[in-house]
Amino acid sequence: MRLRKSTAAVASVFALALTATACGSDDGGSDGGDGGSEGLTIGIKYDQPGLGLQNADNEFTGFDVDIATYVAGELGVEPEDITWKQAQSPERENMLKNGDVDFIVATYSITDERKQEVSFAGPYFVAQQDLLIRAGESVENTDAINDLNLCSVAGSTSAQKIQDNFAEDVNLQEFGGYSECLTGLENGAVDALTTDNTILAGYAAQAEHQGKFELAGLDLGLENYGIGLPKDDTELQEKINAALEKMFEDGAWAEAVEKNLGPAGFETPDAPEITEGS
Amino acid sequence: MSNLSVLYDAPGPKAKARNILYTVLFLVVFVAVLWWALAAMADKGQLDANKWSPFVTDSRVWTTFLLPALGNTLKAAALSIVIALPLGAILGIGRLSDHRWVRIPCGAVVEFFRAIPVLLLMLFASALYVQFTDISSELRPLYAVVTGLVLYNASVIAEVVRSGILSLPRGQTDAAQAIGMRKGQAMTHVLLPQSVTAMLPALVSQLVVVVKDTALGGVMLNFEELLRSVRTISANYGANTIAAFTVVALIFIVLNFLLTSAATWLERRIRRGKRTTGAVVTIDPTDAMEADQLGRPAIKTKQPSTPDEQGRLDG
Amino acid sequence: MFDFLDLQRYDLFGAFWVTAQLAVFSAIGSLVWGTILAGMRVSPVPLMRVFGTAYVNIVRNTPLTVIILFTSLGLFQTLGIAMGGESFKETNFRLAVLGLTAYTAAFVCEALRSGINTVPVGQAEAARALGLSFTQVLRLVVLPQAFRSVIAPLANVLIALTKNTTVAAAIGVAEAALLMKRMIENEAQVFLIGGIFALGFILLTLPTGLLLGWVSKRVAVKR
Repeated sequence: MRLRKSTAAVASVFALALTATACGSDDGGSDGGDGGSEGLTIGIKYDQPGLGLQNADNEFTGFDVDIATYVAGELGVEPEDITWKQAQSPERENMLKNGDVDFIVATYSITDERKQEVSFAGPYFVAQQDLLIRAGESVENTDAINDLNLCSVAGSTSAQKIQDNFAEDVNLQEFGGYSECLTGLENGAVDALTTDNTILAGYAAQAEHQGKFELAGLDLGLENYGIGLPKDDTELQEKINAALEKMFEDGAWAEAVEKNLGPAGFETPDAPEITEGS
Repeated sequence: MSNLSVLYDAPGPKAKARNILYTVLFLVVFVAVLWWALAAMADKGQLDANKWSPFVTDSRVWTTFLLPALGNTLKAAALSIVIALPLGAILGIGRLSDHRWVRIPCGAVVEFFRAIPVLLLMLFASALYVQFTDISSELRPLYAVVTGLVLYNASVIAEVVRSGILSLPRGQTDAAQAIGMRKGQAMTHVLLPQSVTAMLPALVSQLVVVVKDTALGGVMLNFEELLRSVRTISANYGANTIAAFTVVALIFIVLNFLLTSAATWLERRIRRGKRTTGAVVTIDPTDAMEADQLGRPAIKTKQPSTPDEQGRLDG
Repeated sequence: MFDFLDLQRYDLFGAFWVTAQLAVFSAIGSLVWGTILAGMRVSPVPLMRVFGTAYVNIVRNTPLTVIILFTSLGLFQTLGIAMGGESFKETNFRLAVLGLTAYTAAFVCEALRSGINTVPVGQAEAARALGLSFTQVLRLVVLPQAFRSVIAPLANVLIALTKNTTVAAAIGVAEAALLMKRMIENEAQVFLIGGIFALGFILLTLPTGLLLGWVSKRVAVKR
């Protein structure tokens, strides 16, 4: 492991050097990635309402899907030529390394650790960690978290962060997925569900949940969502960044936020500043 | 079990009254528990129509989520049993070999994989594929689940094969040798063909174990099987986890019940048949939960009833 | 070579201790409940026989993973049965024991029932001739003999139970399989980690098998 990490570190130094030299080249995209001449293969979440969800008609909806569709459009790929693939959280790095997908838009936070294995474009959204609680209840401040029965997903960073930064002895239940947590929240066995506010808003915005849940509005740390790319694909990175920039400006981005997360009372923030790759 | 009344006297008027009393008491307690559970669920809104109706009114739940997931479950189960069969047969025959250098390693492999939880095998296989191969992330869970199931079930099947062959009358081997067959020939031409019919019911019941174990891969390795589809369904229909879960559990029960019935039917048919020895290898009831191991074959061979067995409770 | 084995970070012995506790508590529970079920299946009350048969057939055909998840999602998260646990950790452990008990009892019941079948009819007839009631026949005459003849199958059930405790990982009980999942995802020594956990389970199951094998030979009813 140690050996692998150090080689990865060396590689990322190279990457930085390459990125620096690649700066400035800008040609309006015609084809992106190496997933064939025409289409694109994009990794998204399949079970995340409001972000990336496979619905009963086998169509995909959500904020991440809208971002990916827009970016693909800018790269010259029509929506019907996009092949969606499920990118489950623990698989994302592997999918990019193996070339299973051209890029990934799946609530993928930009972290230094991940940047040793993959590259990012964006960020396209700055999410913050928050709590989802039953409507009508409230969590005053971060100190109150210690008294809550908290639920999160096994192996997620959200739970770890809460324990490290805010509430050491919090009573934590971990499940395989958020919908299991939601059952507990609905029935009172847990008091709050913690993860990024985008994911939480996605659940709260579902038609069946109208008026049932709300966000606590605490700021428990920021997550910069980026578009995951194969390591050092600076050309694609440039193109996607340009596409995102355009999306921020022409209002399509704000519209996508409003459409997918708005129903949960989510205020559309300012578009983030693109930091990757330049 | 036709004759269990041997455990109690034919009920007289008093006993009949008592039995009725017990029946009523039992029924009352049972209904009370059921009522309480349903009331609690209704109270929490878990019985709301919108949580359950998709499974009846919206056929897309089946076509988009449940049936493809069931397909994956069956695919993993079928692959596992198909790969495990020849492997198990080799191991089982190897354990009967006259050569110690074949017999002992085969025995060691069988005992090793039977002693380890199948979940550990799956986790191990998954990690192995991540580190040493570049199988795409979509296929890896399937590969890992199948690998785990194959390793475990091959060793169980090895025991089935071994006891299937041992169940044949000694005369079969003697006769084969008498007409000048070699050991290998006797195995492939005489012993195996006969023992296969005896083993069939056990193999079908083993399929139940395999189907049940695929669910583990869904929860722990994100393999897209039936139990895992609960998550996608509940993401679409407003966290109807309990409803989706109940439906999935029912599908599992029906599927396994069909397999169990098939095994029983096969067993009965074979035992009735005149053309076989009538011996049937059954996996002990205990073994259907992956039980047997360590020296004692829990897999039993039932011979057609002998005088010795008559006069027992089920005789 | 063994520097991945950071016992501060990975509580190996703690995890196996949880596994052992799960196995012991569930074993006791399933022996008791399994015996009651077997009693029901041979009882003179038809409704109890129906219930026993239905229970065994349904539970045997349900994946253990489904049962364990049901204890957490259904009993705890929905019906609010916390089994008196103070924290999620305690509650989950107790729920896992409950689930393992419910599942294993079906197999204990079947083992016992086949044990009851090995008791000669004369035994029950003689007991009845003495005027014993159904419960007395079972308790004093039939079950003691049945138990002695099914110790070997019961040992197999217990060994399978020990292996099945790993399914408790599905509801987040910090037992061996969950620790192995975490270790194998974070460390590179796949084979060593796999080997350690395999060894752990062999050490847990081997003595059970050997001990009960010896016991079963000692107490076998000579006929």
